Amino acid sequence: MKVNCKAEILKIEKLKEDIYKFSIKAEEIVKTAKPGHFIEIRVVDAIEPLLRRPISIYNLEKDQGILEFIFQVKGKGTELLAKRKVGEKLDVLGPLGYGTFSIKDYKKVAIIGGGIGTFPLYELAKELKEQTTTNVHIYMGFRNKELITLEQEFKSVSDELTITTDDGSYGIQGFSINELKKDCEKETPDKIFACGPLPMLKAVQSYAKEKNIPCEMSLEQKMACGIGVCLGCAVKTARSPEDNPQYWHVCKAGPVFNAQDVEI
Amino acid sequence: MNTSVNLAGIKMKNPVTVASGTFGYGREFEEFIDLNKLGGICTKGTSLKPKAGNKPPRVYETTAGMLNSIGLQNPGVEYFMNNDLPYLKKFDTAIIVNACGSSIDEYVELAKVLNTLDIDGVELNLSCPNVKAGCMAFGTTYEGVKQVTSEVRKVLDKPLIVKLTPNVTSIQDPARGAEDAGADGISLINTLLGMSIDIHTKRPHLANNMGGLSGPAVKPVAVRMVYQASQAVKIPVLGLGGIVTGEDAIEFMLAGASAVSVGTGNFIAPDQSIKVVEGIENYMKKYSIEDINSIVGTVQMN
Repeated sequence: MKVNCKAEILKIEKLKEDIYKFSIKAEEIVKTAKPGHFIEIRVVDAIEPLLRRPISIYNLEKDQGILEFIFQVKGKGTELLAKRKVGEKLDVLGPLGYGTFSIKDYKKVAIIGGGIGTFPLYELAKELKEQTTTNVHIYMGFRNKELITLEQEFKSVSDELTITTDDGSYGIQGFSINELKKDCEKETPDKIFACGPLPMLKAVQSYAKEKNIPCEMSLEQKMACGIGVCLGCAVKTARSPEDNPQYWHVCKAGPVFNAQDVEI
Repeated sequence: MNTSVNLAGIKMKNPVTVASGTFGYGREFEEFIDLNKLGGICTKGTSLKPKAGNKPPRVYETTAGMLNSIGLQNPGVEYFMNNDLPYLKKFDTAIIVNACGSSIDEYVELAKVLNTLDIDGVELNLSCPNVKAGCMAFGTTYEGVKQVTSEVRKVLDKPLIVKLTPNVTSIQDPARGAEDAGADGISLINTLLGMSIDIHTKRPHLANNMGGLSGPAVKPVAVRMVYQASQAVKIPVLGLGGIVTGEDAIEFMLAGASAVSVGTGNFIAPDQSIKVVEGIENYMKKYSIEDINSIVGTVQMN
């Protein structure tokens, strides 16, 4: 059940120079939110900026009705959001999306995230650890050591955590997908979950297809309404003809898709 | 206090409708608002056959507005009549189907189908800027509007409203074209053709390069056009373009609109249209207005 509520800001943490974590009291949203869902925030009560900002959910504290989200300041909307203060009320719409990550009792899963795309994977890993006996291996890729966020948090919700940096300043040098591939050669996971930059998602998608490993990916696209009416956040469906492409929508069918269903 | 209006033969409990393309076929809003509180719903632009729409990115936010190039993605009229219409009929609100086509034949075929359905009216879309054929291609001239509207009029007995594009030199020409062809009303404005460029990649933000501008940024243009159009024709005007508050709606009505639509405002908050209904009522109380119809077109020009 989607709701539009005023959620009190309980806590703000500055994780990096331009990355913030907000904890908000949003009981109605938390009640039905699942890993993979997102929210849309009206950063200020004004017509400029006009549209809400779609932001993924990082963590849910179900018993306390607390929702946490992390965002990077990228433009005027997120700049204004970063200036909001503890105690203020945020206008939040959520939980949004229909396609969410599938929580099941897997034997082993690989969760792979790149950069700020790691954030929506935390609640997934946490719920898999809490609710199932799944062996969770998380792969996180960053450009360099300075950009690594939440290492301890992800460590606490995984059986194994592999961190890679493009420049080798921390962890293993290279792309996280290469580490995932090496491990898959030894033991094939039941599922791969992915979120991150497009080149990473493409590499994961093509590897999952090649090895026939079920894979769920969380996608993003410019959007307006967040509830399935503006039809802005289109994603091309796989297997639709070149001359007559067909589209799903991130907020309507996604944001989590089976990798085989979409062309990215 | 009377808020009910009769727009081109469509009876509505209040002058507030929601604009085509911003409200789907209503379903998505049921979780947030009571659809019975709306005067009417202009459905998503619907064509004879399903349309897949344009390549993404399809939307881009601009100053107090947004550009879109959805490309009329819709499931087609057959799907609408079997799935969405029965749903919409559950509510006490006027159902106005926005109809689009890429040729006169298509408009006429679609109108024949719509004529058989239990709907309150048809909004003929001669103004979408985002498709290669049809729509705005017909909507920019007196002759173009008159031609399509006349052909549709021959097969459609229901109230017919023609939705006009602001991408013209004089809005009065297409407005007269609609009236002379027998339309019962006109609605305006559709979006203004615009463009926005990513200065880092030196490419337009939208995959389709250009798109329609909507939102509060376009409101003064829309108010001006509603005024000019309503001066040119006797048929009623459904006014829209950047309405997010009751005050905005009142401005359109003073300019000459008999009813209004909330469009992009629906993306700000799912209950924005209801806030507009309430805002109109508050204005009526404040100025002791007994009948909302009494303010239509009463702007005193300087």
